[in-house]
Amino acid sequence: MKASREWLEEYSDIDVDTVKLGDILTMTGSKVETIEQKGNNIKNVVVGKILEVTKHPDADKLVVTKIDVGNGEILQIVTAAPNIKVGETGQIVPVAKDGAELPKGVTIHTGKLRGVESQGMMCGMEELEIDSASYPDKVVDGIFILDDKYEKDLGKDLVDVLELKEDIIDFEITPNRPDCLSIEGLGRETAVSLGKPFKNPRKNIDELKVEDKKEIEGLKVDITAPDLCYRYIARIVKNVKIGPSPKWMVRRLNACGVRSINNIVDITNYVMLEMGQPMHAFDINSIEGKHITVRRAKNNEKITTLDEQERILDENDLVIADDKKAVAIAGVMGGLNSEIENDTETVVFESAVFYGGAVRKTAKKVGLRTEASSRFEKGLSPENALRAVNRAVELVEILHAGEVVDGKIDVYPTKQKIHQIKVDYDRINQLLGTHISKEEMIDILNKLDIKVENDIATAPYFRMDVEQLADLAEEVLRFYGYDKLETTLIKSDTTLGVRNKEQKIEKKIQEVLVNSGLSEIYTYGFLSEKDLEKSNISDTLKKTAITIQNPLSDEYKLMRPSTIPSMLQILANNANKKNQNVKLFDISRNYKNMNGEVEKGEVPLQENILTIGMYGDDVDFYILKGIVENVLEATYINHYEVARETENKSYHPGRCANITVGRDVIATLGEVHPVVLNNYDIEKRVDLAEINISKLEKYSRNNKKYVEVPKFPAVERDIAIIVDESVEVGQIEKIITKKAKKLLEGLKLFDIYRNEKLGENKKSVAYALTFRDKNKTLSDEEVNVAMENIIAELEKTVGAELRK
Amino acid sequence: MKEQIANIKEQSVKEISNAKNLKELNELRVKYLGKKGELTVILRGMGGLSPEERPVIGSLVNTVREEIENLIQEKEKEFKNQELLERLENETIDVTEPSKKVVLGSLHPITKIIEEVEEIFLGMGYQIADGPEVEKATYNFDKLNTPPDHPARDVQDTFYITDDIVLRSQTSPVQARVMENQKPPIKIICPGAVYRSDSVDATHSPVFHQVEGLVVDKHISMADLKGTLEMFAKKCLGENTKIRFRPHHFPFTEPSAEADVSCFVCGGKGCRVCKGEGWIELLGCGEVHPNVLRNCGIDPDVYSGFAFGFGVERIAMAKYGIEDMRLLFENDIRFLKQF
Repeated sequence: MKASREWLEEYSDIDVDTVKLGDILTMTGSKVETIEQKGNNIKNVVVGKILEVTKHPDADKLVVTKIDVGNGEILQIVTAAPNIKVGETGQIVPVAKDGAELPKGVTIHTGKLRGVESQGMMCGMEELEIDSASYPDKVVDGIFILDDKYEKDLGKDLVDVLELKEDIIDFEITPNRPDCLSIEGLGRETAVSLGKPFKNPRKNIDELKVEDKKEIEGLKVDITAPDLCYRYIARIVKNVKIGPSPKWMVRRLNACGVRSINNIVDITNYVMLEMGQPMHAFDINSIEGKHITVRRAKNNEKITTLDEQERILDENDLVIADDKKAVAIAGVMGGLNSEIENDTETVVFESAVFYGGAVRKTAKKVGLRTEASSRFEKGLSPENALRAVNRAVELVEILHAGEVVDGKIDVYPTKQKIHQIKVDYDRINQLLGTHISKEEMIDILNKLDIKVENDIATAPYFRMDVEQLADLAEEVLRFYGYDKLETTLIKSDTTLGVRNKEQKIEKKIQEVLVNSGLSEIYTYGFLSEKDLEKSNISDTLKKTAITIQNPLSDEYKLMRPSTIPSMLQILANNANKKNQNVKLFDISRNYKNMNGEVEKGEVPLQENILTIGMYGDDVDFYILKGIVENVLEATYINHYEVARETENKSYHPGRCANITVGRDVIATLGEVHPVVLNNYDIEKRVDLAEINISKLEKYSRNNKKYVEVPKFPAVERDIAIIVDESVEVGQIEKIITKKAKKLLEGLKLFDIYRNEKLGENKKSVAYALTFRDKNKTLSDEEVNVAMENIIAELEKTVGAELRK
Repeated sequence: MKEQIANIKEQSVKEISNAKNLKELNELRVKYLGKKGELTVILRGMGGLSPEERPVIGSLVNTVREEIENLIQEKEKEFKNQELLERLENETIDVTEPSKKVVLGSLHPITKIIEEVEEIFLGMGYQIADGPEVEKATYNFDKLNTPPDHPARDVQDTFYITDDIVLRSQTSPVQARVMENQKPPIKIICPGAVYRSDSVDATHSPVFHQVEGLVVDKHISMADLKGTLEMFAKKCLGENTKIRFRPHHFPFTEPSAEADVSCFVCGGKGCRVCKGEGWIELLGCGEVHPNVLRNCGIDPDVYSGFAFGFGVERIAMAKYGIEDMRLLFENDIRFLKQF
C-alpha cells in the first residue's frame, strides 16, 4: 500500500523527515518496503518561454528555438518535437539547462545537433514522469506546454513551480490489518506512532445520518446469498457530468499508483484508497428491471469484465446481477455491460462487503487479483461501507460532478459484531514480560480508538482483528515499543535437553560415515514414475507411492516410496560431471501409503532411511559391507544375519545381501543392477545400501558388559578345505561354529584359492581357528576331537574335502 | 707370573680399545675371559704355586678379570650407541611427504547449521521433536489458527495429497502434536524438511528446512522470547550479535514479531549481505496464539508460550557465502567436500 506524505499529513502532523517516519512506522508494525522521493531526480529544469522558432539549416525535422529562461538569459535549443513549429512562439515550456538531471538517470548537456548548437532540451511529460491525467488538456506527444500563468515564473525551478516534490512510502501491510490498506488507517497509525492527535477530517461523514429507502429512482436491491454478502448499500447521483478530476485528486491517485480515468471512476478509487472500502459505480440504465440482486452465479454463467475478458463462473462465485444478467463479479471487477460511459446520466454508487474467503477463491479462479479483491479477501468492516458511500457522494458534490439523490438503499442482513474484551492488565504484563501501568495501557488503547471503560475494551468497527486479550497485548506492545522489551530468560521447571534414541543413532551414523570418507547429501522427497522405473523399483513398492494433487511438474509428482532413485540420480549427476571416487550418504525418509491411510485421512508410513551410494577405485561390495557393519556395530546392533538376496531388481542378483535381525530386514546392500546403471548412464559399478534407521532403533541395545580377559592360553589350528564354488563361506562358518561348541573363540578366513588343479567350480577355503577354554589350558586331545567333528560335519554337509 | 698377568692386562687394554666392532669385541672376550681364555689358563696353572702365593695370584687374576670385563662392557656400550645412532640416521624420513589416511567425508551444510542450533538449545534444556512430513491438514493448518479459507491454504502455496492430507508447509504441526501429547512445561525445537509450492531458482526451493522452537509453561513472556533468541543469536552468530524485534503478524502467534539480527558479516555497518541495512531478518516469532493453545488442549488462561521459526537454508547461505540455493540440493561432491 502506497501513501504520500502529503496525504498522511491530512490525518496527523508529521514533524520528522520521511525516512525517519518510515523507521518509526516500521517499528510500530507498518513495515516500510520502500520510500520514493519524487522530484528529487529532476534538477536544473526551469520554466522558459519560446521567443523564436526558425528552420534548422540542415535538417527538415528539426527546428531551432530561442528561449527566455529568466534573468535575461536566452538559450538556443534545437528540437524535433512535433508541437514546436516555425513561427509559433510565446509558449511556456520546461527547459532542461546544461547539466540538468532528469528521471531514469538522464543528464542533459550542451551539444550540437546537425551542426547547430543546442544549449539544453525542452521536456515532454514522459521525460519528467508526469502523469498526463494531471493535465488532461495538454498534448502528451511532444513538449509539455505549460499554462500561460507560469510566465511569471520564468527561470524558476520547475519542480517547485509545478509542486512535483512528493514523498511516497510503500508499506507492507499484514493480512490482519485491512484497515491499513487505507490512508485513513495509515494516518491513524502515523498519529499514534508520532504521539500526535489523530485529526479526523471525516468527522462530518461519521456524524452524517442518511435516510433508508426501499427504492430510489426506481432502483431496488436484494441479497439472496447473505452468507457471502454482509451488506450492500447503494446511493444515486443524477445529472452526472463525466469529466476530468481536479489536479489534487489526480496527484493523490498517482501517488498511490492509480491512474486517473474520469471524475466518477476516480471518486470510487479515491474513496477506496482513502477509507479502504472498494466502491463500484455503474450506469443505472444498464440495470434491467432496475433491480439489483446479489446472488450466487449459475454454473457456467458468463460475464465479460471491464478488461474485456470473458469469465466463466459457477455457484461458488458471487455476482451483482439485474433481472437478466450479471453486471459485476462481486468484489473482483465490474462487468463491461454496466460501465460508466461519457453519456451516463445517472450513476449508482455501490458500497458492499462480501465474504473474504469467497472473493479470494473467485479472484484466484478467474485470475483477476484486483485492488478491490485484495482488500475484500482480508475481511472488511460493513460499518465502514456506509461511511465510504457517503464520502463518495460528498466528493461528487465537491467536484460538481452531479446531483446527489437523498437517501440510501441499505441491505444489511447481519450486523457487524463489535468485540468486547475483559482487560486483565496483569495478564498483559505477564504475556509481554513488561511492567506497564494500567494507565499507560488504557492511554495506548484509547489512542487507537479501542475504548476502555470499567476494564472492558471495545474494539472500533475498523479493528475486526482485535478479538481477545492477546490482541490487546499486541496493541499495547506496539506502542509501548517492541524495542523496549527486556531480554529475560524463562523461569521454568528444569527440563532435560537430550537427544532421543533415534536422534543419537543418527548422529552416530553420521560420525561413522564421515570418518569412513562419505559425504552427506540432501535430496527432495519428490520423484516421477519414470524415476521409479529407472531404478527397477518393485511393483509392490511402486503401488505405495503417494501422488501429489498439485505437483510443480510431472518430475515431482510422487512422494518416493524408496530412496534409491534419489541417490542414483545424485550419483549420476556426479558421474556426468566426471567426479571421481564419489561416496555419499543420505539420511532421509520414504513415504508409503501401505493400506490406504491417505484416502482415510490418516498419516501414511514414513520411515527414516540411511542410503549409502558409492562408486570409485576403492569401492566394492566388501568395502560397502564393512561400512555397513561398522554402522551396525556403532549403533549397537549386536546380532544380525547376512543372507544372499536375489529378488531385489534394483541390485545385481549375484551381489546383493539382506541383513536381518529377527524377522526384520534392517538393511539391503549390494551392487546396483547393470540395467539400472545403464538407465542412469552411469558407466562405473555403483555400490548401494539402504538401512532402515527406524528398525535400527528398534533393535539397538547398548548393553555391553565387561568379559574377563583370558587367563589361559589359546590353541590355534588352521584348516583348509576344498568345496564347490556354490558353497558360501557363511555356511561353512556356521558349521564350524556349531561343531566347535564353546571351545571356539574365533575364526578368521585367511585365504580363498581357485585353481584348475582343484577341479572345475571348486575353491579352497582356509581358516585360522582359535580354541580356548576360559577355565583351563586346553589339551591337544580336546582340540583334536573338536577338529575331527568339524571336518566330519563339513564333509557331510557341504561335501568338503580336506586339503593337505 | 705376576708379570705375565700384567702383560695380559696391558695387551687386553690395547686390543679392546682397538676393537672395531661387536664381533671383534666378542672374540676378545673369548680370548681373555673364555673357558680357554688366557686368564683361565693362568688360574688353571696355579697348581704349581706355593700356598702363600696362590691367594695373592688368585686375587690378582680376579681383579684383572674384572677390569677387563668392565672395559669390554664399556666398549660394548659404545658400540651399541654407535649402532643406534647409525640406525637413527639411516631411518630418517621426509615428514613432509603425503600422509596415509582414510580421507574424511563431510556433513552437509544444512546438517551443520541444524546441529549447531540443536546443540545450543539442548544446552538450554530443549528436546528435539519430530513428526510426519506427509501430514494431516488439521495439524498443518486448523489447529494452528489457519482456518479453511485462509490464504496460506491455497494450492499455490501448499502441496496437497488429498483435501485432508498435505505436505507440511512448516514444522509447526510438530508443535501441535507435542502440545496435544505432553503437559507443560514444554521446551522443544523441531528441525525438519518442509514443502512449499515454489519453483526452483537461486533463492527458492519447493523443499527447504526449518527449525521451529516452542516453549509452553506458566508465565512465558515476549521478554523471555527475546532473551532466548538473543542468547541463541549470540551463541550461533557471535557474542556481539544484537537482536531487534519488529511487530508482525502470523496466524499462530499473538503478539507476533519479526526478529532481525545485526549483520554477522559486517557487524551492522552495512554490506552486500544485509543490503546496507546493518540488520538481517532472521525469523518470525511471537507468543503462541491463545486459539492454538486451546486447539491443542492447553488452557490459555493458565499457560502461555512462545514460538519461533526460521529457514535453515537462508542462514547456511549467508553464513557460508553460498549464493545459489540449488547448490545445496545438487550435491556435487566438489561442493560437499568443502564443509
